[in-house]
Amino acid sequence: MNSLYYQKRLSRNIGDKFFTSLSVICALIAILPLIFLVTYILIKGGSQITPELFTLEPNPPGDDLDAGGINPALIGTLIITTIASIIAIPVGVGGGIYLAEYSKGGAFSRFIRFGVNVLAGVPSIIAGVFIYALIVSTKILFGSMYSGLAGGMALSILMLPSVIKTTDEGLKLVPNELRYASLGVGASMYTTILKVTLPSAFRSIATGVVLGIARAAGETAPLIFTALFSYYYITGFGDLFYEMGSLAVLIYNFALEPYDAQNKLAWAASFILVLSILSVNIFSRILAAFNEKTKRV
Amino acid sequence: MEEKLTLFKNRKRFGIEKNIDIIFKNTALVLSSFVAIILLGIILVVFFQSFESFSRYGLKFLVTSEWNPVKDEYGAFTAIYGTLVTSFFSLLITIPLGVGTAIFITEDFVPKVVREIIGSFVELLAAIPSVVLGLWAIFVMEPFFRAFFVFLHNFFGWIPLFSTEPTGRNSLLAILILVVMLLPIVTSIARDSLNQVPKKLRNAAYGIGASRWKTIFSVILPAALSGIMAGVLLALGRAMGETMAVTMIIGNSNAFSWSLLSPGYTISSMLANQFGEADGSQVSSLFYAAFVLMILSLVVNIFAQWLVKKFSLKY
Repeated sequence: MNSLYYQKRLSRNIGDKFFTSLSVICALIAILPLIFLVTYILIKGGSQITPELFTLEPNPPGDDLDAGGINPALIGTLIITTIASIIAIPVGVGGGIYLAEYSKGGAFSRFIRFGVNVLAGVPSIIAGVFIYALIVSTKILFGSMYSGLAGGMALSILMLPSVIKTTDEGLKLVPNELRYASLGVGASMYTTILKVTLPSAFRSIATGVVLGIARAAGETAPLIFTALFSYYYITGFGDLFYEMGSLAVLIYNFALEPYDAQNKLAWAASFILVLSILSVNIFSRILAAFNEKTKRV
Repeated sequence: MEEKLTLFKNRKRFGIEKNIDIIFKNTALVLSSFVAIILLGIILVVFFQSFESFSRYGLKFLVTSEWNPVKDEYGAFTAIYGTLVTSFFSLLITIPLGVGTAIFITEDFVPKVVREIIGSFVELLAAIPSVVLGLWAIFVMEPFFRAFFVFLHNFFGWIPLFSTEPTGRNSLLAILILVVMLLPIVTSIARDSLNQVPKKLRNAAYGIGASRWKTIFSVILPAALSGIMAGVLLALGRAMGETMAVTMIIGNSNAFSWSLLSPGYTISSMLANQFGEADGSQVSSLFYAAFVLMILSLVVNIFAQWLVKKFSLKY
């Protein structure tokens, strides 16, 4: 009769217990890095936050006890990611519209979708190498070599696949009935897309795009030899054609300096970068969960 | 009848609207082909820039490890070895860890809320910029693991992989930071493919008396295998191309060593480290190395996509 009850000593039950605890350990190890990392950045970087940090230029490494602030890098990151977005969003949304609305699953669209996946897998440093060869070393941009503009272009290559993908997938989720209804009342294809399908997919596309921008803001590899770095304030439009600092490159450069003051500045910059990227991520997650609950159509 | 026809005639679109429609479609078409243009552009540009070095060294470039700008002799073996060995060992650690975590998230050991929190924690890890991970690795991980590396060297020094005295930054640290970066990729893709396995299969296995882990090992994991494999390949591509964190922690040395406890190089860290200051034929050699990296990651990526298409679930 006992055989109907759970028997602890059976080898299969012992084995099950063993593997269950193994997977618990895996999960614990998996969340440890994030917890350690975030707490460390919050403590180490948060303690460096002062008003001057946002207004001053960084001091060149040396025996200075005061490292200055990160103003140029902060503005530089904003400018470079804006340039990247200005290039990648129209191209990506337009390409996504073609894939989702016009293509009929033929060879061309399959090739483009394949290309999007391949481009998403291209190492980020290759994007930097490409822009270096195409723009920096040829001085094609009005004779300027390293520039914020070149950096933005390199970043846009990394953003492009994710924008196309989110647009494509967002539009595919729009029910076909909406398209039929719009076309049925006599709207042309472009009116249907601009007035009906794009607006109803807007939230999911916007979330994906914002996440893509947040990812691009933290990218360093494409910038280290396209935008390079600058210690000086950004004062006007002309500065787009010169070396431009960014938070990510500041962290890279100053982490490798042997001076404590610069290292601290790197931690402060990480604090700001991680805090903004994580809050964008968490916010969009909450928004997505909210969308799920209030789904229309 | 006549009346009806005129009605339809009046309903014809204006020419201008028709034109806008055509222009709109073609603009979208051109924009979507940008992806292909950029991709081909990258391949062609990197190939042609590396041509000088390619014609000078040929395939010998891949197997010699001298990298000497003074003598103008270049060979990328150290960097290629470093790229392959760091990717291999980081995957070796990440796969069981990531799949284990994914199983934990998809089984019902703990309430759903807890599992979702763990899942999003792992995914948030993917959002941390790699340069920040590098900073963390330099100042937190390296001191933390120093004693462990000395222990490894003292007790396992007879294995070539641990044969050198650990001094600061080394390849093993790069492997560990890569594990942190790959974990979210492997976990989230493995979780998605485990979730896609139909419940019927699980119930059938339970029904014939299989225990939970017998079901997982014999039914669910095999059914999800293709998805997990694709995730692993994507992670491999990422590991080979990962630049910043690795550059900051690997020690950047071109002296070849089998040991993981000595400073090393990967192709991407070599590019990040030298590209800014290189000139002459060094630039071409760096482009050659970049070309090798690109081909490696292209092959892995294309294989991953093929795998997904070929073995996607058929339930």
